[in-house]
Amino acid sequence: MSIKGAASGARHVRFNVFRVTLALVVMAGARVATAAQPPQELVWAGDSEGGAPYVEADPTRPDRVVGFEVEIADLLARGLGRTPRFINITFSSLVQSIARGDADLGLNGIEDTPANRAALATTVPYYKFREVLSVRASDTQTYRTLADLRGRRVGTLGGTVAYEILLGAAREYGVQPVSFEDDTHPYTDLVVGRVDAVLLDNILAERMLKKVGGFAIQPDSVAVGHYVGVLAPANVPLRARIDELLRAAMRDGSLERILRTWNIWNADQPELHRQVLAGEIIPPTVGLDTAPSVTTMSGFEAARRYLPSLLRASMITIVLSCLSMGLAVAVGVLIATGRVYGNRVVRAALTGYVELMRGTPILLQLFVLYYGIAAAIRLPAFVAALLGLALNYAAYESEIYRSALEAIATGQLEAARTLGLTERQVLTLVRGPQALRLALAPMTNDFVALLKDSSLVSVLTVLELTKQTQIFATNLGSWVIPGALCAGLYLLMSLPVSMLARRLEQRWKAPTE
Amino acid sequence: MSATVLRMSDVHLRRGARQILTGVSFEVGRGELVALMGPSGSGKTTVLRAIAALEPFHRGRIAIDDVTLDGGSPASNETLRRLRRKVGMVFQFHCLFEHMSAMKNVCLAPVHVHGVSQADALKRGRELLSALGVEHRADALPRELSGGEAQRVAIARALAVDPQLLLMDEPTASLDPDRREELGRRLRALLADGRTLVVSTHDEEFARHFATRIVRLQSGVVAGG
Repeated sequence: MSIKGAASGARHVRFNVFRVTLALVVMAGARVATAAQPPQELVWAGDSEGGAPYVEADPTRPDRVVGFEVEIADLLARGLGRTPRFINITFSSLVQSIARGDADLGLNGIEDTPANRAALATTVPYYKFREVLSVRASDTQTYRTLADLRGRRVGTLGGTVAYEILLGAAREYGVQPVSFEDDTHPYTDLVVGRVDAVLLDNILAERMLKKVGGFAIQPDSVAVGHYVGVLAPANVPLRARIDELLRAAMRDGSLERILRTWNIWNADQPELHRQVLAGEIIPPTVGLDTAPSVTTMSGFEAARRYLPSLLRASMITIVLSCLSMGLAVAVGVLIATGRVYGNRVVRAALTGYVELMRGTPILLQLFVLYYGIAAAIRLPAFVAALLGLALNYAAYESEIYRSALEAIATGQLEAARTLGLTERQVLTLVRGPQALRLALAPMTNDFVALLKDSSLVSVLTVLELTKQTQIFATNLGSWVIPGALCAGLYLLMSLPVSMLARRLEQRWKAPTE
Repeated sequence: MSATVLRMSDVHLRRGARQILTGVSFEVGRGELVALMGPSGSGKTTVLRAIAALEPFHRGRIAIDDVTLDGGSPASNETLRRLRRKVGMVFQFHCLFEHMSAMKNVCLAPVHVHGVSQADALKRGRELLSALGVEHRADALPRELSGGEAQRVAIARALAVDPQLLLMDEPTASLDPDRREELGRRLRALLADGRTLVVSTHDEEFARHFATRIVRLQSGVVAGG
């Protein structure tokens, strides 16, 4: 580089340093300015999977959401001078997500319950709903009330007041509550006969009646409740402003206009508006469960109260896992044998099966098995769960057995053949038993994995340990005790399996007799 | 030579494009201990494997007593079944079943192939192990046996089904001179029972001492006796 060039280079560096410093100062200034001003956005959360009329993806523009709650959020954001921004959070996690501050406001048909009031800052109610019973059209005379449904399966959305009501009815009338992860499948399962009734909000029931049909809504409501917005407990100042905006919207009729647009304005709403505007105390909705609410209990009491149902759920988990593993092992052995000994067609077909099962999510397989083929084969939930887990794990098991079979030295097989053993005897007496010893450690791994994957079957309404824990946590408004109990129970189930495997391995290492 | 137990006639065998045996012919009479000798790669082990029907050959014929294997056509199950009763084999690396005790290795074929009762098989197994000097290792797993012990268990396993013809692949490869001597004496004792042995070996001294005859292979053909 020439002297001149070096000088200009140095100038260049100085200039750049100046520019960077300037940019940093400007950015810092902007930061201070943002901190001083109120936030520009109102981040609000809901589950667009729940669908219309609450929140759903706009059919014409799927990147946008529409629904009466979207319009309420817009109204509130306008009143606050902010821009609304929607984020999607699974319904079952909504309350906990708001509590930890993922969004400013949760707005998604969230019920005004003692648990929500204890865990969150709740707004004044903006909608009054009724819990209604839906039954198949042919059963309208048979199942009029919950009391008529003794011994019958009644579905609802998990973690709701309706579910608590069903738990109460289980104790009182002996109905069988079935908890769903979403609000559509209870009705499709009602139509195909997997459940005999559904208890849910009138808005949901009426929507599904239009969409699916094939069932009737009983005229008498089981309970009434209210939808509220929820905020993090520390967000009381924002809650006060939102309450004010909701009251204003009730006074000037803008809330009524929104609800009328979505065809959910009814005779219950003017009464609610009157109560809210008059400043009347509106009590939270409590399920039929008359026992003291878990939110007011000590952790110890709550644990003691929930432990029996957690233990019952653990039984489901362990029975389901053992049966699935048994079936997976049997099918896995057949697949592995077919892949090692079969002709080209058999090998290709089995390889295809293994790749399909390993290459697609187990959740998808469970959905297909339970809902996808329901029109042709109506599997009970437990059977679908068992088959789903077993067929998926069979693919993994078969790979373990195949590699174990192929790991047995050719010399062993030839020695067995020269002794006159048939190919089948070579497999069952020499190759198989040695392969099993090799496969034991990975099989143990898989069983422990399956024990935990069994939690996925809650999407098929099977109430296993993780789902029961989630229900417990939702009621309690905390994951600390339920999480610890759940983890302890899973360990109690998996540790003996690992220990048994270790003992077997040691025994197989030692002389046989 | 007394009655012929094994007759190999013009056996050709190839693996892929490689010609391993190019017309092997020899006969073995009852009560002989034939040492099959030749440099590495001359086809000794392959000859044994062809006789034991572990490897197909594409031309020629092998007759063991009244059972014949024909080159180019796969042996029927019935032929194989009859062959397995007449021919036993002891592999160079013994190939004992790793998950079974020595005794169970010996009793497997009598019980599961020949329908001998468990008690009779055990009795015979004990006799065999005792004759070979390893009865005290009956309950040991293969990995707990020394090389010499494992070899004797493998011999007992092959003899348990009472074959007329016993094939042994490199039996002296892993033995020290004393053990080699001992093995030679035991094999001679088997001849006294009316058995016939074909043993592949590199060990000239062993062959001279214990074999009744030597067959030499060179590049896949018999080069002389």
